[in-house]
Amino acid sequence: MDINQAQEFSLQNPVIEQVEAQTGRARRPVSAGQPDRLDLLRISWLRPFLVSQWPQFLARAITLTGFLFTLAAGLFGTRVGSHNFAIIFVWLAWWTALKLVFIPLGGRSWCSICPIPLPGEWLQRGGILSPGQRRFGLNLRWPRRLRGSWLQWGGFLAIGLFSALTLTDARVTAWVLLGLFALALVLSLVFENRSFCSYLCPIGGFTGIYAQVAPLEVRVVDSSLCATHNEKTCYQSCPWGLYPLALRNSAQCGLCMECLRSCPRDNIAVNLRLFNSDLGQPSRSYRLDEAFLALMMLGSALAFSAVFTGPWGSLKSAAFAIGSTRWALYALGFLALNLVLMPGLFALAVWCGQKWSGIKTPLRGAIASQSQVLLPLGLCAWIAFTISFALPKLSYILSVISDPFSWGWNLLGTARTGWSPEVSWLSPLIQVALLLLGLFGAASLARRLAQTTPRNSFRQVLPGLAYCLAFSIAMLWLLVG
Amino acid sequence: MFRWTLFLALAFVVLFAPVPARATTPADRTFHIQASRFAYSPSVLTVNPGDRVTIELTAMDVVHGLSIDGYNLQTTATPGQTARLSFVADRLGVFHFHCTTTCGNMHPFMIGKIQVGQNSLLWRAGGLAILALAAGFFISCR
Repeated sequence: MDINQAQEFSLQNPVIEQVEAQTGRARRPVSAGQPDRLDLLRISWLRPFLVSQWPQFLARAITLTGFLFTLAAGLFGTRVGSHNFAIIFVWLAWWTALKLVFIPLGGRSWCSICPIPLPGEWLQRGGILSPGQRRFGLNLRWPRRLRGSWLQWGGFLAIGLFSALTLTDARVTAWVLLGLFALALVLSLVFENRSFCSYLCPIGGFTGIYAQVAPLEVRVVDSSLCATHNEKTCYQSCPWGLYPLALRNSAQCGLCMECLRSCPRDNIAVNLRLFNSDLGQPSRSYRLDEAFLALMMLGSALAFSAVFTGPWGSLKSAAFAIGSTRWALYALGFLALNLVLMPGLFALAVWCGQKWSGIKTPLRGAIASQSQVLLPLGLCAWIAFTISFALPKLSYILSVISDPFSWGWNLLGTARTGWSPEVSWLSPLIQVALLLLGLFGAASLARRLAQTTPRNSFRQVLPGLAYCLAFSIAMLWLLVG
Repeated sequence: MFRWTLFLALAFVVLFAPVPARATTPADRTFHIQASRFAYSPSVLTVNPGDRVTIELTAMDVVHGLSIDGYNLQTTATPGQTARLSFVADRLGVFHFHCTTTCGNMHPFMIGKIQVGQNSLLWRAGGLAILALAAGFFISCR
């Protein structure tokens, strides 16, 4: 969306057509008709943290430093994953924090402090805290045919195929991170905005679809004020190229808060909202690439649970032996699960629902729409999987803090700590509770979707829910069976 | 409110309903486990509550350990030697055991499991899953 499109959008919006002559308000407008939202900017002690650039800059400086240190540890430290800072901090500490804290509570909040696109973004803007006079890059539009989530979907699939090596070999992790860093930098110099984050980053795809479940959003408070604001400073300043007035879900918003800082009328809200608020909206059409991404996340959760938490040693060895016949068979199975079995069974379930209910909407659209119910379930399944391998291995963090390269250091005296939390009784209970919560969320959403159909037909969504139940039983068997 | 109460009552029943258990006499059970890189063989052990379990661990390639979650027991075997671990299986449920000596890249994921008695958690969780699905669907009904 360019500035002209943004202006057209605001003028074509039926809400904005009823522009009142109350412009130029100095203070924050009162949000109307959103009783289920709490604007965090109204909390006086929290407001400075969101509005000021400094807390964010500090967090970015820390993550960038940590990223560079991780690269150094990965490249120059031991290759043994469980003794290397890079493996433990990326795949244990960060990955756990991402799934247990950042996504479920803050959607794409990690994207606002992710170090990978930062240098590219600074070059693009020609400055670190504010745009400079001289900007770098060609600023080209991202090709239309490459838009959507397909590339992120492919990227995540590739990570899955090589996960046993990437997650356990410090060198490989470092090279993957370095590759992503270089790619983000180059793409920032060629294409406009955060094209890498929006269309390529596999983790961006992961956080993006589940951000729709999260209870945090950035939205315009009073859309009529935007109509009279010709400069569209929010849009001009957004590193993601988004126009806040046009936001209908949080999948693409990186929560960088630049719109908030640039709005001269204090017309942006950072809302705390109910979970799943983005989903089940009759006004929004869902795309097939989003459906495939959601399905692949379910398939990957199953596959990773089997490989990393299951008792099947031959499966682990096959996943690790990249290039061997065993690995080829594993890869074939992984691809068949994610490309054929999961989408095929879901398409079958949706088709059955269509036939049973007699609703004659196109199958493609129905699959895309009903795939929304997979999001709360998928997020909970990923958290449950993470708990199964992260909690018992927290002691590794203490160990690598003292000896990040495994060079025999003992900086904090915790290098040889053998302490590990006794969570064997707690972990299965949390995992069961999470999967139940995910199923509850999926069913509530299915009900909401059914109510938006012309005939309010429950039959249309019931086979999809049976699919969710089957997936949950499979996860339960893998995690606590 | 009625629906919430109904589903909570049903959940209570699923959670705490007694599961009929087979009456078994505690017996001596011995398992010979071969540990090679990233795999135990056998990797799934099933015993009855009260059984006196002996695990004989043989390392086939490099040094491997075996630690059982929930029982706070562990041993280490060097190649060519067999390490033994004995205990009474007095805690019900499914417990993972894992390698305690770094043996390669996939070492943190070298896992096996021991099931003591029935895995009632899995069956109860399955029942609760059906209930959660029904509750999500009907409680959100307007």
